[in-house]
Amino acid sequence: MLAYIIQRVVQSVVVLLLVGLVAFSMFRFVGDPIDNMLGQERTGADIERLRGQLGLDQPFPVQYYKFLEGAVQGNFGVSYRQGRPVSEIIAERAPATLELAAVSGVLAIAFGIALGVFTAIRRNGIASHVIMATSLIGVSLPTFLIGILLIYLFAVELGWLPSFGRGEVVDLGWWTTGFLTASGLKALILPAITLGLYQMTLIMRLVRSEMLEVLRQDYIRFARARGLRDRSVYFRHALKNTMVPVITVVGLQLGAIIAFAIITETVFQWPGVGLLFINAIQFVDIPVMAAYLMLISVMFVGINLIVDLLYYFIDPRLRVDRGAAAK
Amino acid sequence: MTDTLLTVDDLCVEIPTRRGILKPVDHVSLTIARGEILGVVGESGAGKSMTGNAVIGLLDPPAHISGGQIHLNGRRIDNLSRDKMRRVRGKEIGMVFQDPLTSLNPLLPIGDQLTETITEHLGVTQAEARKRAIAALEEVGIPAAKSRIDSYPHEFSGGMRQRVVIALALCAEPDLVIADEPTTALDVSVQAQIISLLKRLCRERGTGVMLVTHDMGVIAEASDRVAVMYAGRLAEIGPVRQVLTEPQHPYTAGLMGSTPGASLGRKRLNQIPGTMPGLSAVPDGCAYNPRCPRAEAKCRAEPRPPMTNGAACWFPGEVKI
Repeated sequence: MLAYIIQRVVQSVVVLLLVGLVAFSMFRFVGDPIDNMLGQERTGADIERLRGQLGLDQPFPVQYYKFLEGAVQGNFGVSYRQGRPVSEIIAERAPATLELAAVSGVLAIAFGIALGVFTAIRRNGIASHVIMATSLIGVSLPTFLIGILLIYLFAVELGWLPSFGRGEVVDLGWWTTGFLTASGLKALILPAITLGLYQMTLIMRLVRSEMLEVLRQDYIRFARARGLRDRSVYFRHALKNTMVPVITVVGLQLGAIIAFAIITETVFQWPGVGLLFINAIQFVDIPVMAAYLMLISVMFVGINLIVDLLYYFIDPRLRVDRGAAAK
Repeated sequence: MTDTLLTVDDLCVEIPTRRGILKPVDHVSLTIARGEILGVVGESGAGKSMTGNAVIGLLDPPAHISGGQIHLNGRRIDNLSRDKMRRVRGKEIGMVFQDPLTSLNPLLPIGDQLTETITEHLGVTQAEARKRAIAALEEVGIPAAKSRIDSYPHEFSGGMRQRVVIALALCAEPDLVIADEPTTALDVSVQAQIISLLKRLCRERGTGVMLVTHDMGVIAEASDRVAVMYAGRLAEIGPVRQVLTEPQHPYTAGLMGSTPGASLGRKRLNQIPGTMPGLSAVPDGCAYNPRCPRAEAKCRAEPRPPMTNGAACWFPGEVKI
C-alpha cells in the first residue's frame, strides 16, 4: 500500500515537472513580453533594465530552475498586465471558480448517480425512456449553447435569474463566497447547471450501463434468492460494484469541470480563474497563463491520485497484501 | 412420504418470443417430502433449472408461470405478491447456485452477507446475527470461522466458497433448498465433500432438497428419489434405486446406458441417436419419439402419454439398459 502510494506520488511529480516545462516554454516562445509591456517610446536601456528585472537575460536552464523554485513556493512572478503578483490575483479569483465547480460537481454526481440507478432499475418504464432521450441532448449540445439557451429562457424571457456575474459576495478575509447571500445563490444556478449538465448526463449513462451489467451477475441473483429487500439488492450489492469504473470517470470529469469552467465563465462573465485565463491570453500575460496551466494540472493530478486511492477502499481484491493468506 | 413439504402440480412456464411461445417447463408435477432429497436430472435445456427458478420465484422476465400450482408447507406460493414471495425466499426456500466464484458479492466480507440475511429473516440483533453467522460457518466446515468471518470471498478457494454459499442458503433455516448444479464448477475431489456436506446438513435439519444436476453419479450418491426431465417435460420419477437399475422410460434407459460407471470395465457406452429438440421444435405426441427405439405410430399420433409406473410412456419398462 505504502509502496503504491509512493509510486503514484513520484509519477505525479514527473507529470507536474513536464507540465511545468511546457508552461515555462511559453515564456520563451510566445513572443517577447517586453514589446507589450513597454510602449512605442522605449529606449534600449529601458528594455535591458526590464529584461534584467524579469530575469529574462539569464540562460534557459537557470530560468527554468528559478521558475520551478518559485512555483513550488506558490510564486509565479508578476502579471505583465496588472503589475501584481500572479499568486495574489489567482487567490482572489479562485473562490469563484471553485464554488462554481463544487456546486456543478455535486449536482452532476448526485443527479447522475440517482438517475442512472433509476433508469437501470426501471429499464422499460416510460420515465426512463424520456430521461434517456433527454440525456442525449445534454451529451450532444455544446456547453456555451446550453448557457446561452438558459440565459435566454430564465434571464431574458422569464427574468427569474441573473444572466451574468456572481451577485453579492461575502468576504471572509481569505475567501469570498456567494453562498451566503440570496443574489449570490441565484447567480450560481444557471452557470452551475450549464457547467454540470454534460458531466451529469455522462455519469448517468455510465452508471446506468454499469448497473445493468452488474444486475445480471450471479451474486445479485443470489442476493435475491436470499430474500433481501430490493433496496439492499440495488444499493448495497449492485451500486457498490459499479463504483470502480464510475469513480474513474467522475475523477476525470471533476478535472474537466474546472477546465471547462473557462467556457461557462466566459458566457456568464463569472469572475473566476477561467475568465482570468481568457483575458490573459488576449494580453499575452504569460505568468498568469503559466500559473493557470500549473494550477489545472495540479488539480488533475491530485484528483487522479485520490481516485487511485479510492479504488483501494472500494475493492478489497486490490489490497493484495492482506489476501495472500488465502491462495 | 406422508409429510409433504413441496408440491408442484402441473407446472407450466412460458417464454413469449417473436416466433411463438416457448415452454421450458411443460406440465411438470412432483413432490418433495420433509428431509427428502429429490434429484432432478436431464440434459442442458431440459428445464431442470427453470423448474427450480419457478419454485423460488426467480424466473427472469419474460419467462413466467403460465399454469399449475406450487404449494410449500400446504400454502400456495406461486401467486404470492412480490414482497410476500421475497419473504419466502431465504426464509423458507434457500438456493445454492452453480458457480461459487460468482455467487458471492466480491466487495462485501462474507460475514456481512451472512448477517444481512439472518437479520432480514430472523429479526435478531446484529450481535446475535454475527454469533449465528460464525456458527453457520463452523457448521459447513470453515476452519477458524471466528477469524475468517471478516474475510472477502476472494480470500477463499472454490470449495470453501461453495461451503460459504451453502451456509448462506441455510442460515435462515429454510425448509427447502434448491441446489442448482452445486458441484458442476468444482474440482472432482471437492465435489464429493460438498455433496456429503449438503446431505448431512439437510438430514440433520429435516430440510428438503431439490438437487438439480446432470451428473448421474451425484444423483446416485445423494438423492432419495429422482426426476428425469426431457424437453421441458417429466419423463420419469421414482425412488433412486429403481430408476437407476430398472428404468421404465426409454429415455432414462438410454441415459443410463450412456453413463460411464466405475464398475463397467471396458464395456462400450451406448449413445442415444440424435439430440434433444429445441424448445421451438418439440415434436407432436411424446417428445422423445423421434429418438426412441420403441416408438410406434401411437407415440406420434396420440397426445402426450400419461404417467404409468412413474414414467410418461405408452410402453413403460419395455426398453432395457
